[in-house]
Amino acid sequence: MRSIGVGAVALMAAAIVMIVLVAPEDADQGISQKIFYFHVPIALTAYACFGLGAWKALRLLWRGGERYDLESYTAIHQGTIFGALTLVTGSIWAKASWGVWWTWSSNQLVLFLVLFLFYCAYFMLRYSVEPGARRERISAVYALFGVALIPVSFFAIRLANDFIHPTVFTREGPQMTDTMFAAFLAGWAAILALAYLMYRVELSGKRTDANLRELREALSS
Amino acid sequence: MIRARRLEKRYGSKRALRPVDFELARGGRLLVTGPNGSGKTTLLRLLAGLAAPSRGELEVAEERGRLGYLGHEPLLYRDLTALENLELYGRLYRVPERRERAGMLLERFDLWEARSERVAAFSRGMVQRLSLCRVLLHDPSLLVLDEPFTALDTDGAALLDRELATLGTGRTLVLSTHDPARVDALATSRLALA
Amino acid sequence: MSAYAADVVALARKDLRLELRARDTLPAMLLFVLATLVVFHFALPGGAGDDAAYGLLWVALVFTSLLGLARAWVPEREGGALDGLVLAPCDRSAIWLGKTLATLAFLGAAELVALPAFALFFAPLDLTAVAGVVLANVGICAVGSLLSAMAVASRSRELVLPLLLLPLSIPLVVGGVGASISPEGGTYLAFLGLYDLVFAILSWASFEYVVTE
Repeated sequence: MRSIGVGAVALMAAAIVMIVLVAPEDADQGISQKIFYFHVPIALTAYACFGLGAWKALRLLWRGGERYDLESYTAIHQGTIFGALTLVTGSIWAKASWGVWWTWSSNQLVLFLVLFLFYCAYFMLRYSVEPGARRERISAVYALFGVALIPVSFFAIRLANDFIHPTVFTREGPQMTDTMFAAFLAGWAAILALAYLMYRVELSGKRTDANLRELREALSS
Repeated sequence: MIRARRLEKRYGSKRALRPVDFELARGGRLLVTGPNGSGKTTLLRLLAGLAAPSRGELEVAEERGRLGYLGHEPLLYRDLTALENLELYGRLYRVPERRERAGMLLERFDLWEARSERVAAFSRGMVQRLSLCRVLLHDPSLLVLDEPFTALDTDGAALLDRELATLGTGRTLVLSTHDPARVDALATSRLALA
Repeated sequence: MSAYAADVVALARKDLRLELRARDTLPAMLLFVLATLVVFHFALPGGAGDDAAYGLLWVALVFTSLLGLARAWVPEREGGALDGLVLAPCDRSAIWLGKTLATLAFLGAAELVALPAFALFFAPLDLTAVAGVVLANVGICAVGSLLSAMAVASRSRELVLPLLLLPLSIPLVVGGVGASISPEGGTYLAFLGLYDLVFAILSWASFEYVVTE
């Protein structure tokens, strides 16, 4: 895990250098466009976490095994953290480019709001069911519904734009230059590494907890 | 027929059943005893397939449809009548001539007069007798009865005694009870949970 | 009729019979949806236009279905009948399908009153809008009866169901409102059909895991 940590820090440092120093400033938006290099990778990382959570959930339903439940839960927890960060960075970006903290015309932001609500309910559900095999399965089924909801909501929000905003104002940014694209990729790699590190840390913490509890019980009986 | 090895059930970190080992041959009758909280109900739910083992192995060589389970709850619809409840279960269990069979059981458990009343209007003893009808409806070859004498009055208990005494040799029985003396003569093996 | 279909019909008929006898879900849904429409009259400012009314209709329909779905598994919970169904040798998905059909029937019955009332109070509904309602009903009952079975296993029960269902109902509201007001209603109907297909299959396949320990 230490090597993952070192790798994540190194990637983050490299990405920050790329984004701040190497990538050219955007002609239209100036310095505020830099948040793009965080916002989009964070959003993509959140999707990856939700996807991982659903994959582990599928393994749980297919094969069984408590470890998949813990892994699925941890992945979704990280996904929700990065989802919340997507909303925060998106909000800052909206303020910088359109002067408002929230805009319903950004499909990505609206989708993440829906997903944020959906996955908060995941935690509500999980913590109101007695621990055990049934909770594992219920959580897993709900996690699978999440990955089905992502594309369906994506379509729904695009469709809704037609009647909510008859004059859609899309923000077709200028084509990214090669260095911009490289900085974007570096940012994405750094955020993914960070998410993976957080996932592993939380997972090992949770496992230690469970082992301790079992030990204590074994000693007391 | 039934084989349990280091069978254990946990809910999170809470242990509901300590590891148990036992075997029961076809036609055997196992008596499960133990104080409250020792895991009798958990063990019987595991045997019925209503819960999955957390650890260890459990083998029950019987189809789902050939099992009769009596739990703490009646597993009946309160707003259906006695006959409607048995009709529904008879259909789901694909019981041939389910109406006749339901009528015969209601008669045997002295509920025929109350067949068109809702279960909600039944006394606890009547509910328990109707539950027994539900358990026996599809002529199960494995009976899993969790404290079947609960709530039964003297007549009801005598009916159940008679029913258990005439099970025949082909049927396997697992029965949990607080009152082992009552059914001790039936048992071919005993399991005391602690 | 195959054994599967016979099971589904028996289970759904049982729910209808229980409802006829106890009458505690459908009258509540009916009164609720009518009361909501009346509240909307006061919530809509003058000159808000028909489009706003169509939007509110969909809010009313979603909340009405929530009311019905929250009670969907109550008969099974009392007396532990769900264990009885799980033990029966029928396919577990038949239990889900039976419940979905029963809740669909209740929701449809409530709408049989609510939609004419809406047309009378607010704005006319064309065929596309009604088709949208029918398709959305299927989706919301299919997903809702599964989520409601999940909620039954939780301590908070009725409380957690709206939290689970509302995010999943957003695409249905989009499709429904689109079908009601857009000139290209067909697109929205197709989208609702797609939603129904995806989530009905998912619910059908996953129900077994929700009811077994």
